[in-house]
Amino acid sequence: MSIGFPLLVREILQSSPAVGPTVLIGFIDAFSFWFVIGGAMLPTSIASYSIVGEKVEKSLEPLLATPSTDGEILLGKVLAALVPTMLAIWAGAIVYMVLIDRFTAAALGYLYYPNLTIVAQVFVLAPLVAIVAIEASVAVSARVQDVRSAQQLSGLIFLPLILLYVGAEVQAFPLNTTNSLLLAGALVLTALALFAISRRVFDREEILTRWK
Amino acid sequence: MIHAEGLTKQFGSITAVDNLTLDVEEGEVFGFLGPNGAGKTTTVRMLTSLISRTSGSAEVAGCVLGDPAEEVRLRGRIGLLPENVGLYEAQSAGENLAYFGRLQGMEPSRIAANIERLLRMLELWEKRDLPVATFSKGMKQKVAIARALVHDPQVLFLDEPTANLDPAAAKTVRDFILELKKERRTIFLNTHHLDEAERVCDRVGILRTRLLTVGSPTELKSRIWGRRTLARVDRVTEAILGSIRTRLGDRRIDVDGDRLVIAVDEPDRQNREIAAAIVAAGGKLRELSPVSASLEDVYLKLVHEGGSGS
Repeated sequence: MSIGFPLLVREILQSSPAVGPTVLIGFIDAFSFWFVIGGAMLPTSIASYSIVGEKVEKSLEPLLATPSTDGEILLGKVLAALVPTMLAIWAGAIVYMVLIDRFTAAALGYLYYPNLTIVAQVFVLAPLVAIVAIEASVAVSARVQDVRSAQQLSGLIFLPLILLYVGAEVQAFPLNTTNSLLLAGALVLTALALFAISRRVFDREEILTRWK
Repeated sequence: MIHAEGLTKQFGSITAVDNLTLDVEEGEVFGFLGPNGAGKTTTVRMLTSLISRTSGSAEVAGCVLGDPAEEVRLRGRIGLLPENVGLYEAQSAGENLAYFGRLQGMEPSRIAANIERLLRMLELWEKRDLPVATFSKGMKQKVAIARALVHDPQVLFLDEPTANLDPAAAKTVRDFILELKKERRTIFLNTHHLDEAERVCDRVGILRTRLLTVGSPTELKSRIWGRRTLARVDRVTEAILGSIRTRLGDRRIDVDGDRLVIAVDEPDRQNREIAAAIVAAGGKLRELSPVSASLEDVYLKLVHEGGSGS
């Protein structure tokens, strides 16, 4: 994504040198939104494995026998998926920005990055989307009894983001500053609600006694 | 150190543990015996606050079960070896132990010191950096015991520590439990290895949903099995049986081929009476010796007959 999209932009510029700045920026912004979608895609495999994986590997019982509370265990699971995800997204975004600037500086006449859009995408929307996706995956992981079900269900989590992406591209929900702030607010509320739900569905007794 | 009063656990309509009342003293190794499904693991899970109780009360290491804050404190004072060791296989023995030390809120220097002490005791120090996945079952079991001990708990719960181990590995684990016993650790040991319980435990309780009996192995053997004398004769006849009952009164006599196993109250006096009774009835006495019961005899008698030994 970080290298492929800039190479695609270079191809477009090389094959259609007359492409205008508005079209070019449209491409660049459309591609950069994938860092937000990545926030939902990257952590789900780790997060969906988090509880059910420990149960399958029989390592959950010793963990539950420590003084860690349910909230601490869930927070740990969220951070374990969030930290590598964000590091990967931030590293990828830096590579993306450097390459885009290199390939488009001549056509645009200025360096497009860094700008407020990608800062908002990478430092606000992507972490919030990742937290929501991780919390939903952890909640799913605490309810299903096998890793495959957890991963399949967690895979559904990024579908709303694809709809949002399509909505933004067809201008049904353009990701301007106002809409981005609305989206961020909705994500914060969703994250808080999901954490509360995760704590309720994380039932130690059911996990230990009913899961096979 | 452990006090349970009327502890009961029901899963729907099934009663897993029924009205368990039990005390385990500090420094005691207490063995919990019972067949599969008797409620041993459920009891350990209740006493370690992993699952709730349906009724009754319990206090472990000074913490009352049922209060969430007390239960968090309790989990810092106990160590648990579950039936499945559940180690992080890709991590080394040292990493597994350090992780659990951190979860217990220990200082790094204390974690390092305890890991070295435990792994040296278990003869795993040289292998501390190898992934656990490369270890044998016995070695993994030892690492899991070390994990339960890394924070110096006041009470150690061991759930079937030698299950599924080969005899050599089981012996290593058993020897380690004996080492812990020398350190005066309070240990609650779930097992269905009766010889293990007999060798290791100060007292045992036999559970089959209800607690059937509690006592030291010696006490149980005497109380449940009673004293018995084996008499081997050339041929068992009604005359011999009648003669013994005439002299000793009505009592339990088990006949197996040419052997008689006779319940006695005062072996020194009554063994002479038995010999005299056999000779008087025309029998030839070939052997007369006390029968020593094993804990297994006591266990099988209680579990199969379902009686109470108390």
